[in-house]
Amino acid sequence: MDDMFQVLAEDGRAKPGREPKLSASDLQKLYSLMATTRAADLKALKLQRQGRMGTFAPSLGHEACQVGSAFALQPKDWIFPYFRDLGTYITLGFPLKNYYLYWMGNEEGMRIPSGLNIFTISVPVGSQLPHSVGCGMALNYKKEKAAVLTYFGDGATSEGDFSEALNFAGVFRTPNVFICFNNQYAISTPVRRQTAAKTIAQKAAAYGFDGIRIDGNDVLAMFAMTKEALEKARSGGGPTLIEAFTYRMGNHTTSDDASRYRKETEVNDWNRRDPIERFRLYLEDKGLWDESFEARVQKEAEDMISRAVEEAENTPPPRPEDLFVHTLKEMTPELNDQLAELRDFLKREPR
Amino acid sequence: MMLNMVQALNQAMRQEMESDPRVLVLGEDIAVDGGVFRLTEGLLEKFGPERVIDTPLAESTIVGASIGIAAAGLRPIAEIQFMGFIYLAMNQIIAHAARLRNRSRGRFTVPLVIRMPYGAGVKALEHHSESTEALFCQIPGLKVVVPSTPYDAKGLLVASIRDDDPVIFLEPTRLYRAGRQEVPDEPYEVPLGKAKTVREGEGVTIVAWGAMIPVVEQAAELAGKGGIFPEVLDLRTLAPLDRETVLESVRRTGRLLIVHEAPKTCGLGAEIAAFVAERAMFHLEAPVLRLTGPDITVPLAKGEDYYYPSPERVVRGIKKIMET
Repeated sequence: MDDMFQVLAEDGRAKPGREPKLSASDLQKLYSLMATTRAADLKALKLQRQGRMGTFAPSLGHEACQVGSAFALQPKDWIFPYFRDLGTYITLGFPLKNYYLYWMGNEEGMRIPSGLNIFTISVPVGSQLPHSVGCGMALNYKKEKAAVLTYFGDGATSEGDFSEALNFAGVFRTPNVFICFNNQYAISTPVRRQTAAKTIAQKAAAYGFDGIRIDGNDVLAMFAMTKEALEKARSGGGPTLIEAFTYRMGNHTTSDDASRYRKETEVNDWNRRDPIERFRLYLEDKGLWDESFEARVQKEAEDMISRAVEEAENTPPPRPEDLFVHTLKEMTPELNDQLAELRDFLKREPR
Repeated sequence: MMLNMVQALNQAMRQEMESDPRVLVLGEDIAVDGGVFRLTEGLLEKFGPERVIDTPLAESTIVGASIGIAAAGLRPIAEIQFMGFIYLAMNQIIAHAARLRNRSRGRFTVPLVIRMPYGAGVKALEHHSESTEALFCQIPGLKVVVPSTPYDAKGLLVASIRDDDPVIFLEPTRLYRAGRQEVPDEPYEVPLGKAKTVREGEGVTIVAWGAMIPVVEQAAELAGKGGIFPEVLDLRTLAPLDRETVLESVRRTGRLLIVHEAPKTCGLGAEIAAFVAERAMFHLEAPVLRLTGPDITVPLAKGEDYYYPSPERVVRGIKKIMET
C-alpha cells in the first residue's frame, strides 16, 4: 500500500497534511452520495433477482472511486463512463430513474438530460477511450476550458483502443483524465493476466504523461488527486492516467458467479476494507457522523430510490416507431416500409 | 473549371472548411504530405494544424476520436489511407458511429465523413484494392456514398459533410485522375440517396456504381453498335438505396443486369436482385444477372485484369440477358 496515494489510512485516520479542503457539509455530502450509491445498487440487485431488472454490472465496492472522482468535476467538464458507474451518475445528478430504466431494457434511459455532459454507456470494453480523446481534441480546438474524465476497468487496459487513445492524448496534449478502476478482475481474469507491468499507472510513461496510483477505497484520495488532474487538464497541462486500486466486491454482472474463480478469504479480506466504512470512521472521529445522521441519509436514499423505481416501472414500453426514428436523422423510404409492415402485423395480431 | 476527381474532392473540402469553422480533417499523412493521393493538398497551409491534423498511425482511434469530436459539436472528415485498413476501425464504426444517435435517443449525433480510396485497377499492393462496400450497407445508421465523376464527387462530398449522420465515402482509386469534367466553382450538393440515370435506354437496365460506371458506359457504347441500347443507372449512394429509381427503370425495360467489382456472394447486387424480385418480379422478362468480382481475394498486379468486370464481359452479359 505504500506506493499508493492515500489520505485515509485503513482505520479511517487522516494522514498528516493530506486532507483536501472540504467543508463539513461537503464531507457529509460525500458520505451521503456513497451510501445512496450502495443502496441504489443493492436495490437494483434485488430487482434483478425478482425479474424486474435486466442484467447489469453492480458497483459494490466502487463507491469511493466513483463518488470521489465525480465530486471533483465542474459542470463544463465531460464524462465518458463505462458500464459500472452508478456512483458517478448519482454524484452528477443524473436521474436514477433513467439509470434503472436503461438496465431494465429501455433505450429511453440513456437519453442524457441536456446540460449534463455525460456520454452514453459504452459496453464494448475500452472503446469509449478514443471518443473521450476526440472530445478533448474538440475542446482544445474550441479553446474551451474544460476537462474530460474517462472511466474504465483494468481489463480495458489490454485493449488496443486504450493504447491508441492514450497515445493520441499524449501527442495532442488533450485535457483528458483517464481513471482506471483496477478492481483486480475482468470477469474472471485477474489483473496479473492482463499485464505483466507492475502497475497500470506506469503505462502512462509510454505515452509521455504522468500516471498515478491511488487507493481507490479512499474517497478523499480519489477526490484530491482527480481534482488536481482535472485542474492540470483544464489549464493546458495535458493528460493524466489515474489507477484507482480497488476491489469488485460483487459479481461482474448479475449473470456472473464470482465464487467460481476467487477465494472467499480474499473477498473477506477486501470486505474489511470497505470504502464506506473507512470514510464513516473518519467522519465519526470528526464528529460528522452519528446514528441519527446515518438514519437520515438512509431515509433520503430510500425515498429517492423508491421514487426512481416507481417512475422507471411506470414508464411505458417503447412504441414500434420509437425503435426506428433514431436510426438516422430522417426516416428512409425503406425504414418507413419496414415500420409500416410491423405496425400492420401488430394491428392484426396485437401482443 | 475542368477538374479531375482529386481536385474536385479537394475543392469540396476546402470550400466547406471556408464556410463552416466546425469542419476539420484528420488522418495519416494528410497535412504536411497532403495525403498519399494528395486529396488534402494545400489545406494545411490554408487552415493550419488545428484543423488539418496529421494523426498517429491508428485507424481505430482516427475514427473513434472523430466520434468524440463530432459528438462535441464539430464536423470531422477522417481519411483512411486505403479501404483495406478500415477493418481496424470496424468496431468504432459499427458499435459506435452508427449507433450513437439511437443509443442516446438523438442527444449525441455523429456528423462524420470517413473518406477512403477503394477498389482495384491501379496495380497496387495487397490490401490496396478492396471493394467491401456491402459490409457497411448492412449496418443501420450508416450512409454509404460512391461517386463516379468529378462533378458528383464534389457535390456528394459537400452533401456528406453537411449531413448529420455518419457517411462512409468511398473514392474509386481508378477514377481519381481518369479524366476531367466541368465542375462549378461554387459549392453545391448532389443529394444523398438519389441514383442518376447515366444513359437512357430500353430493353435492359444496368445498375452499377463507382469505377464500374465507365466500364458499363463503354459496354453500352459497344452494345449500341449491335443495336442494343441499355439504360445505365449510377446508384451514387449505396445506403440508403434509391430503390424507386431502380424499380421504375426495371419495370420499363424488363431486364436487370447488376455490375460490381466486389465479390458476388452477399455483395450489394444480391440486395438489389432481391428487392427487384420482391417488387417487380412480374415485369421481368429474363432472370436477373449479376456480373461481379469472383469470391476470391483480390489478386495482386499480375492477376488483377482477371478480377473485375471488363467492358467486354459486360457486353457478353448484356447479350446473354437479351437472348433470354
